[in-house]
Amino acid sequence: MPRLPGGGGSAFRAFGISVTWFWLGAFALLPSLALLLVSVLDRGELDFFIPALTLGNYRELLGPVFLRVLWDSVRLAFFSTLVCLLAGYPFAYHIARARPKWRPWLLLLVIIPFWTNSLIRTYALILIIGAQGMVNRLLMALGLIDAPLVIMYTDFAVFVGLTYTLLPFMVLPLYASIEKLDTNLLDAARDLGAGSLRAFWHITLPLTLPGIVAGCMLVFLPSLGIFYVPEILGGAKNMLLGTFIKNQFLVANNWPLGAAASAVLTLALILMAGLYRLSSLRVAGREKKGLLGGNGDGKNPRREAANLPEAALR
Amino acid sequence: MLDTPVSAPPIIELRGVAKYYGSTAALHNINLSIANGEFLTLLGPSGCGKTTILRLISGFESPSRGELLLNGEDITDAAPERRQVNTVFQNYALFPHMSVWDNVAFGLKMQRRSRAEISDRVSEVLRRVHMEALADRKPRQLSGGQQQRVAIARAIVNNPLLLLLDEPFSALDFKLRKQMQLEIKHLQRQIGITFVFVTHDQEEAFAMSDRVAVMNEGEIRQIGSSQEIYEEPENLFVAHFVGEINVLEATITSRLDDGAYTANVEGKDFKLRSKREFEAGEDVKVLLRPEDLIVYLENEHPFTGQFFLGRIDEAIYKGATVDILLTLDSGRKLQAAEFFNEDDVDISYSPGDRVALSWVEGWEVVLDSEGE
Ligand SMILES: Nc1ncnc2c1ncn2[C@@H]1O[C@H](COP(=O)(O)OP(=O)(O)OP(=O)(O)O)[C@@H](O)[C@H]1O
Ligand SMILES: [Mg+2]
Repeated sequence: MPRLPGGGGSAFRAFGISVTWFWLGAFALLPSLALLLVSVLDRGELDFFIPALTLGNYRELLGPVFLRVLWDSVRLAFFSTLVCLLAGYPFAYHIARARPKWRPWLLLLVIIPFWTNSLIRTYALILIIGAQGMVNRLLMALGLIDAPLVIMYTDFAVFVGLTYTLLPFMVLPLYASIEKLDTNLLDAARDLGAGSLRAFWHITLPLTLPGIVAGCMLVFLPSLGIFYVPEILGGAKNMLLGTFIKNQFLVANNWPLGAAASAVLTLALILMAGLYRLSSLRVAGREKKGLLGGNGDGKNPRREAANLPEAALR
Repeated sequence: MLDTPVSAPPIIELRGVAKYYGSTAALHNINLSIANGEFLTLLGPSGCGKTTILRLISGFESPSRGELLLNGEDITDAAPERRQVNTVFQNYALFPHMSVWDNVAFGLKMQRRSRAEISDRVSEVLRRVHMEALADRKPRQLSGGQQQRVAIARAIVNNPLLLLLDEPFSALDFKLRKQMQLEIKHLQRQIGITFVFVTHDQEEAFAMSDRVAVMNEGEIRQIGSSQEIYEEPENLFVAHFVGEINVLEATITSRLDDGAYTANVEGKDFKLRSKREFEAGEDVKVLLRPEDLIVYLENEHPFTGQFFLGRIDEAIYKGATVDILLTLDSGRKLQAAEFFNEDDVDISYSPGDRVALSWVEGWEVVLDSEGE
């Protein structure tokens, strides 16, 4: 339950709590329940769905088409997340260790891209990786290649797009947890004979685990769900989960199947939120949690995580 | 052994060490030798460079000038993890994600000791600091004093040549502080490791140390036993920093054969003793601790020997002692501390009472006027 700061007047408190619960109920719980309901209904000839209970939609998901989509999506999301983590960690580390007066500006550089519509940014990527794009022109000018590399409309293009779009979601929670790390602990580790690598492994890494898990969640889940990046950069060839769900609702008019696929995605999200909670509990004792608020101040990490993919789509 | 610490080969030696941060000097020219097994305290006001000395010894800072020798070996450029020196940090810096046991075992694991050895040594050290029952707890589940013990255990388990402690008690309340002072002192005697301890509390420094180094503005102003520092301050800074002291203006009038002088002190002729050399006509300061002064009510005074006359401004009763603030007829204000005389319970000091003031001959400290 959200704990209000100050705990001032109980009327205000009650008001705040009811607004929060109303908001949660109306915009998170109800739609989710509706989705769950639709996912166990049958498909209608004329209507989007008819009120007849069935598990057929889920059974259909077990078929080769969906499993293929799921496998491709998970694989791509996994590698995007991995690369975001490997690139984002040193990045976040250096921001967090920069002089305090520099940090806000460096963070601003991470956030600035959000000020541009992400659809436009994705189209802009074509200017870079397209056949006549900057990368190809540079490589040809340098004489490294004779003909343009085919990057557009491949899995690799989608991977580049996802990594580029979602990197800030990795950097911000990582920054928050690295910045909070007490540097005295690293001094203590070195004092006790740990070289910098082992100090990183034994101290920095475990203590920033909540940030790592939060960042991975915030990259992995949207990269499963975002549909415009694969559609713009990957063409229609390889369907991914987001596109699959979108198509069920908007093209195939098969709402129940789309809902079932969504439900599976939501389940994955809940599982990962649980993982995040576990990792924060392990590192507990440090009161404030990562960017997500975490369990320390009574916020619900799942809800916030669930909001962020939408932010990415904006 | 500890009576003549400097004559034993030093475990750590700082030779002409200076440290600059940009253009500001944190340390000027530090020469310091610490004997094996010694308990040395760095005492000084905030910002005088105590922590800087520790960080130079532990290797987190490197000196701008000079060199450091650990057990005879030059460690000026060695990384912290390569020095057989451990630190008890001011805020303990316990690893929050590890149990007490894992915290203490950390150093041995880094040295890749065998499992059996780690287990033996960790349990032995935890027993020593009375923490064996809480070995599975996380640091946040411990009280301040318990965290303190773990921090010490985590350091001494490695058998360092030198243990550095930077104001380890500053987060503890008064009572616990006193208790930990005793515990640490006992521990140090038992294990025989050399301790370099930092504090800005002079009582703490005196209670615990074999030797105290009094610092100011990046310099060591005096180094010696607690008693030497208190009774024989070498300069006015040290005299003022450790406890209350009265400073009288004087001029040497003549030098007697036996290391004694005659001097005009606050307008009266006195005989002074000093190991220092002065010449006739030299202006000097005469330093007297409040408790070295003897106050007589004027009508009780035998009026022999050397004494001042004055008047009581205020008498502050403090239980076993009474602090007397008084003004000499020369106008100088002094402070004296008298024990209550149990044979003479009626004695009472009231503002306005005329008094005669003297001291035990030879207890005065005479410094030249420049010794700021
Ligand atoms: N990293 C640094 N950069 C610049 N100046 C520093 C740095 N560390 C210390 N100083 C300066 O060096 C001087 C000595 O600092 P130090 O921390 O050694 O003092 P200290 O005696 O430990 O004081 P305290 O009792 O307050 O802990 C101070 O004037 C301080 O401002
Ligand atoms: Mg300090």
